[in-house]
Amino acid sequence: MAKLSLKIITPERHMFEGEVDMVIMRTTSGDVGILHGHQPLVTVLDYGVLTLKNEGEEDKKAALLGGFAEVNEKGMSILTDAAEWSDEIDVVRAQKAKERAEARLKNIDSNVDVMRAELALKRALVRIGLKG
Amino acid sequence: MASMRDIKRRIKSVNSTQQITKAMNLVASSKLTKAKNRFTDTKPFFQATRNVIADVVKGSKGISNEFMEEREVKNSLIVVITGDRGLCGGYNANVCKEAYALSKGKNASFITVGSKAREFFSHKKCNIVTSYRDMSEKPDYSDAYILGSKVIDMYTKGEADEIYLVYTRFISTLTNEPEHIKLLPLDPKDFEGSNAPHSSTLTIYEPDEESVLEYVIPKYVNTVIFGAMIESAVCELSSRMTAMDSATENASEMIAHLNLVYNRVRQGAITQEITEIVSGSNALE
Repeated sequence: MAKLSLKIITPERHMFEGEVDMVIMRTTSGDVGILHGHQPLVTVLDYGVLTLKNEGEEDKKAALLGGFAEVNEKGMSILTDAAEWSDEIDVVRAQKAKERAEARLKNIDSNVDVMRAELALKRALVRIGLKG
Repeated sequence: MASMRDIKRRIKSVNSTQQITKAMNLVASSKLTKAKNRFTDTKPFFQATRNVIADVVKGSKGISNEFMEEREVKNSLIVVITGDRGLCGGYNANVCKEAYALSKGKNASFITVGSKAREFFSHKKCNIVTSYRDMSEKPDYSDAYILGSKVIDMYTKGEADEIYLVYTRFISTLTNEPEHIKLLPLDPKDFEGSNAPHSSTLTIYEPDEESVLEYVIPKYVNTVIFGAMIESAVCELSSRMTAMDSATENASEMIAHLNLVYNRVRQGAITQEITEIVSGSNALE
């Protein structure tokens, strides 16, 4: 099967560059799987798990914290603000962040930035979900 | 004429200053290598973001987006990026001057990054909206994100109708230039001219073109800010390196000159002593 060439770029580093069989990612309108030869596509990504599948190898998983993906004839690039491979995730820290965000959301007053707390909670849940 | 002891003391003090400038030069040059690496690492993200916008703009004529529409300019916002510390030649002053010249004839307010810019503009009694510090030397994306969100927030609320970014462009280790770019509103023509790979008309935008643009443009603004911050950091370090290098050289010259004077004075003192002894013994005879 022809392979899809994939690049994952964050502002601070080149996270991945190589060929994979299939990419599964979470867009704002649901999970999408991309194979080689996909129609050109630009899509906005939600917080979620990114899975790279290669035949005969274990799946590579990463937590993707928003961004967007572009597919064209040359391949696919994922541009994200932040992403972490599953082995880079600090579960203890994520757990703490989750508790903190939940506590904030429980007693909302004017000092709490609700959107920020919700985003923090979402981030923590993605990280924990990937590890869990 | 200064006494021998005075000159000796002077040499000592110049010497210790030289040691400091030498150390600062070394520190700056090692930091510069790191900063330069980061600078090249951030390029692909910036380029890719730009390409997507260019594709969307090219692929769909007449798309409207609030970040692309020119509106009547009442308030301008100028974002200035400088360092927190001095001793880096004209680096800070040059950016501030560029920004100040840009603000002439405009109803401008400022967002400053780095304490040097804040000092400059508060001294000039300009209106400073917010000032940030401790992010100039080693900027993180999260810093750029905070700044970018603030800028976009002000733009969407109508507190600013046009936004400029003033930073320092890196040309080579010895030369860099202050420069200003227009951050918002974006000029669609800017993108049409770019040589981004042309995407086919078959491209699907999910959920749709407007939402993609709406999402990508703030990202793009953040990336531009981040890139400018990193480039400015590279410039700050390289200016500091050059400044400290010439300071070290000047100190060497000064020490050489002082040594010359010292030896002359020493010789004079010895000659005088000999003359005194000789005339003393002559008087005894």
